[in-house]
Amino acid sequence: MIKTDAIIIGAGPTGLFAVHQLGIIGLKCEIIDNLDRAGGQCIELYPDKPIYDIPAIPECTGEELTNGLLKQVAPFKANFHLNQRVEEIKQEDNSWILKTNKGNVFSAPNVIIAGGVGSFEPRKLTLKEAEKFEGSQIFYSVVNKKIFQNKKISIFGGGDSALDWALELSKTNQVTLIHRRSEFRGAAHTLNEVRQKEKEGKILIKTPYNLTSIEGDKIMTGIEIKHENEKLEKVKADYILSFFGLIMKLGPIAEWGLNIDKKTIPVNTETFQTNKEGIFAIGDICTYPGKLKLILSGFHEGALAARACFKRAKPNETYKFEFTTASKNIHDRLGLKK
Amino acid sequence: MLALFIFIPILRIVPKITYISHDEKKNTVEVPVGLTVMEGALQNNIQGIDADCGGSMACATCHVYVSENWLNKIEKIHDAEQDMLDMAYEPKKNSRLSCQIIVSKDLDGLEVTTPIKQT
Repeated sequence: MIKTDAIIIGAGPTGLFAVHQLGIIGLKCEIIDNLDRAGGQCIELYPDKPIYDIPAIPECTGEELTNGLLKQVAPFKANFHLNQRVEEIKQEDNSWILKTNKGNVFSAPNVIIAGGVGSFEPRKLTLKEAEKFEGSQIFYSVVNKKIFQNKKISIFGGGDSALDWALELSKTNQVTLIHRRSEFRGAAHTLNEVRQKEKEGKILIKTPYNLTSIEGDKIMTGIEIKHENEKLEKVKADYILSFFGLIMKLGPIAEWGLNIDKKTIPVNTETFQTNKEGIFAIGDICTYPGKLKLILSGFHEGALAARACFKRAKPNETYKFEFTTASKNIHDRLGLKK
Repeated sequence: MLALFIFIPILRIVPKITYISHDEKKNTVEVPVGLTVMEGALQNNIQGIDADCGGSMACATCHVYVSENWLNKIEKIHDAEQDMLDMAYEPKKNSRLSCQIIVSKDLDGLEVTTPIKQT
């Protein structure tokens, strides 16, 4: 079990800045996120899109913002626990015990939920039969490409993931690439390569087609797809790979008794504490009169929540407000050399 | 003349937008000019539009089907929106993201249908 002063759920911009705000007041923290890297929506939804409303930064992309925050929190050496979701939370005396789906257990007097709109999960195929074959013949990411050798693979999607995997798997397999419209949105050079493979007969491209049914009882044998003009067509398939991006799901947080309404958690605006003592909510996931879902609001909320964490983490000490420009304590925590 | 000026603000219409659920329940509400069809839904507690990303065109959970007769009256779809619609739940030819449809006087009477679900 990992013991710390505060556990942050969500490594988006708000969660990252909370690491900073805890760090400068001398509190330790652990940060947990379901994605494989920090950055949250900024890195997953709009890494290349410019953001224009971060104070003193006229323009930056989601990726630049994330990298800047990671650099800013580096001195505090917070541990990142990625690729895992918090499944359970329970109270033990004055501490909260959290358990992730990877079996990691954490204990802290404070929990800061910076979960945005929820954790990212792959968007799944909408056909009901798809569930039956998920993990055996239908995949939403590639874990082990060896299983696909010399098999018939249908790949769905029009973005880079679909195009990249079509190219990669076409080396050893029969690949059919299926997309709902004739335009692909992946990188131009990848698309050129895919078109080249199509000419060589290595990749079969089917557009504009949608999936209408999956065939097979215990084992999937093929699929049926429908052209925009309603014409149906059968395709033999041993495996389906589907790349329709990610969706955000609130997941277990909804069951924690935090009075969630419209996917948001009510907080008091003095401490950003929820209805449970020691559980705070900041960023897009919190709500209060006048709430704006802006990154800068998340920063402010994290600053106040961090101060509120101090009392519970160090009940015998008095919190003293200090400026980063002048405080020797803060300079030490930042590891600055004189 | 003066009377005319007084009456103009009163005569100004607030466009009515009709949201039709997947099981054909209609819900007509007034949505002020300048708001998006997505915002109109959220402000009026219309079910069926999630809008997870808050209108930054990054999630495709405010997806709607626009009635055929309205499709060409709405500003044309951009590539980025079309790309995002690839991710939507069962997109069709008349699919749009409601966060990209800005309500104007010309859209008074617009009808959009929400999909069975957004994710």
